[in-house]
Amino acid sequence: MRPGHNSKRFSWLTIYAVGYMLFLYAPVILLPLFAFNSSTIIAFPLSGFTTEWFTVLLNNAALGESVENSLIVAVSTAILSTLLGACAARASARYRFPGQRGMIAFIMLPLVLPEIIVAVALLVLLMQLGLSLSLWTVIGGHTLICVPYSIAILSSAFHGLDRSLEEASFDLGETSWGTFKRVTFPLVLPGVISSLLICFTISLDEFIIAFFLTGTDATLPVYIWSQLRFPTKLPSIMALGTILLALSVILLILAEWFRQRSAKRQGVEASAAGGFL
Amino acid sequence: MQDKPIIELRDVIKRFGSVQALNGINATIREGEFFSLLGPSGCGKTTLLRMIAGFEDPTDGAIVIDGKSMQGIPANRRPTNMVFQSYAIFPHLSVAENVAYGLKKKKLSKAEIAAEVDKALSMVDLAGYGRRAAHELSGGQRQRVALARALVMRPKVVLLDEPLSALDKKLREQMQVELRQLQQSIGITFILVTHDQEEALIMSDRIAVMFEGNIAQIDTPEGLYRRPVSKRVASFIGVMNFLDATATGQDGTGLSLDIPALGKVTVPPSHVPEGMAAASVQSIGVRPEMLTILFDGKDKAESETTGKVTGTSYYGDMTYYTVALNGVGAPVTVSMRNTAGRSVLPVGSPVRVGWGAESIVLFE
Ligand SMILES: Nc1ncnc2c1ncn2[C@@H]1O[C@H](COP(=O)(O)OP(=O)(O)OP(=O)(O)O)[C@@H](O)[C@H]1O
Ligand SMILES: [Mg+2]
Repeated sequence: MRPGHNSKRFSWLTIYAVGYMLFLYAPVILLPLFAFNSSTIIAFPLSGFTTEWFTVLLNNAALGESVENSLIVAVSTAILSTLLGACAARASARYRFPGQRGMIAFIMLPLVLPEIIVAVALLVLLMQLGLSLSLWTVIGGHTLICVPYSIAILSSAFHGLDRSLEEASFDLGETSWGTFKRVTFPLVLPGVISSLLICFTISLDEFIIAFFLTGTDATLPVYIWSQLRFPTKLPSIMALGTILLALSVILLILAEWFRQRSAKRQGVEASAAGGFL
Repeated sequence: MQDKPIIELRDVIKRFGSVQALNGINATIREGEFFSLLGPSGCGKTTLLRMIAGFEDPTDGAIVIDGKSMQGIPANRRPTNMVFQSYAIFPHLSVAENVAYGLKKKKLSKAEIAAEVDKALSMVDLAGYGRRAAHELSGGQRQRVALARALVMRPKVVLLDEPLSALDKKLREQMQVELRQLQQSIGITFILVTHDQEEALIMSDRIAVMFEGNIAQIDTPEGLYRRPVSKRVASFIGVMNFLDATATGQDGTGLSLDIPALGKVTVPPSHVPEGMAAASVQSIGVRPEMLTILFDGKDKAESETTGKVTGTSYYGDMTYYTVALNGVGAPVTVSMRNTAGRSVLPVGSPVRVGWGAESIVLFE
């Protein structure tokens, strides 16, 4: 192949890639840009650098409350989803039972179902049952959409686990519980941590379900949405968004790092074990 | 070796749903012996081993280990330890931690555990490897760690499921010898599952040959090779030529046969299996090395017949000839050692083939 031809094709590809990245990430980059801009109006040109909007956040009681609510919801969701996901992943990796594939498919469905439909359906259901809305209903809704992610992550951890390892432990005199503690759990632990982090992240910035199912206690995204009506609050919302963005990215990177470590421990090629990143 | 039984299998039956994996296994394994379960893929070897280990329950029948029925006793309370085919080395633990894994339950002090681990590791020639991580080991080393981890428990019986099948040929041959020597020096009963007849012959005191959930024959390697009870066993262990034969009579001097390809012969009574009636003999078997090509006109044999070379395979130390005997039936295989000054005969050469009555195996 002629080198000229090669480099020309390469340059077009580069332009396309850069354009695509801009389209994808430019709006996201605007967030920190305006968060540090000293003007109260969100518009170019930028007028100067300030950290004032971050200080404003610190002194906002309603915001503090919504952060607290979000943390409660996200932590509960992460733990619940990972627990449920671990049971399902273990069952699908270890046992064969009738209707297994259909069952797993149904559990994974919320992954592709439009969230608004899930949210409306849940709301109708709760109304019919006569349950009042609270943080618990949000936790329930979030768990529903997080379990599929948890199963996907933990399935790769449990499938990679060689059954003879548990048998070897049992054969060496260990009990079932001891085997779980000394062999199974340490080997899937990185997957568990990865699942906790991902579910936490998803729940933390989920809006639609939280919006429909929350009662008087707003979660962080719902609070942010309510503040968008006040133009003067916009810059501090930008600051808040910047913090959330940074946090999400860090959590996702951490989660992927743990997942790959789990695959490596079990001697599986990380990319072959499936994953999200 | 004592003759005390360590494992007794009594009419052991195992069904998986509609699949009958084992149809009534009876066997007695003696203390200190190296016992192999040999058979083709799917004959139930692994199933039998896993039932002895306690990972599967027999559908029917009894397994007795060291005089105690194993009914209802789970794997973690049986005096057996297993070396898995995949070795099942715990990947998150070091070599020493792997070997020490089962000792945790034995209420030993830290120093005692360390001493036991060191002893077990040097037994398998891995002294000084204790701090290595599992993934830093070669296949042969992993196999040794798995063995040390089982031996350190001082089991009554060590169970090995095709432990050498993952190793390359050279290492496998070396490990066969080492494993056999180790077993003899420590005197623990080993039960080995293998589908490699050569491996079973080299390593075992006794071998159980299995087909489709049944034991066809239990015997010493030599007994199996020289006196296989059926054509199926005979062709599974080494190479056997089968020839048609008819019995012409039986008296005190033995059983007289007419073998069209070889001639007439009287097989001595010591070579006639107990309870075999003359009339039931349908065919005979003779091993390739029990037939001799008489190269020199002066060479002599107990009996001889004539034939024609129809093919040769040269193995360096040996040559395998296919020879059509007397123009009767399918050609037989004859193996000859390649001695100095003897070259391979060309195809089509007429040859004299020597044989003896004692090398004849009778089949019904
Ligand atoms: N858990 C199981 N469920 C159903 N059938 C089984 C199960 N385990 C074994 N079998 C069947 O039992 C028979 C014996 O299997 P087993 O694994 O004991 O064979 P094997 O002699 O060890 O063969 P190989 O040399 O291939 O390992 C086979 O037909 C197999 O399909
Ligand atoms: Mg097997």
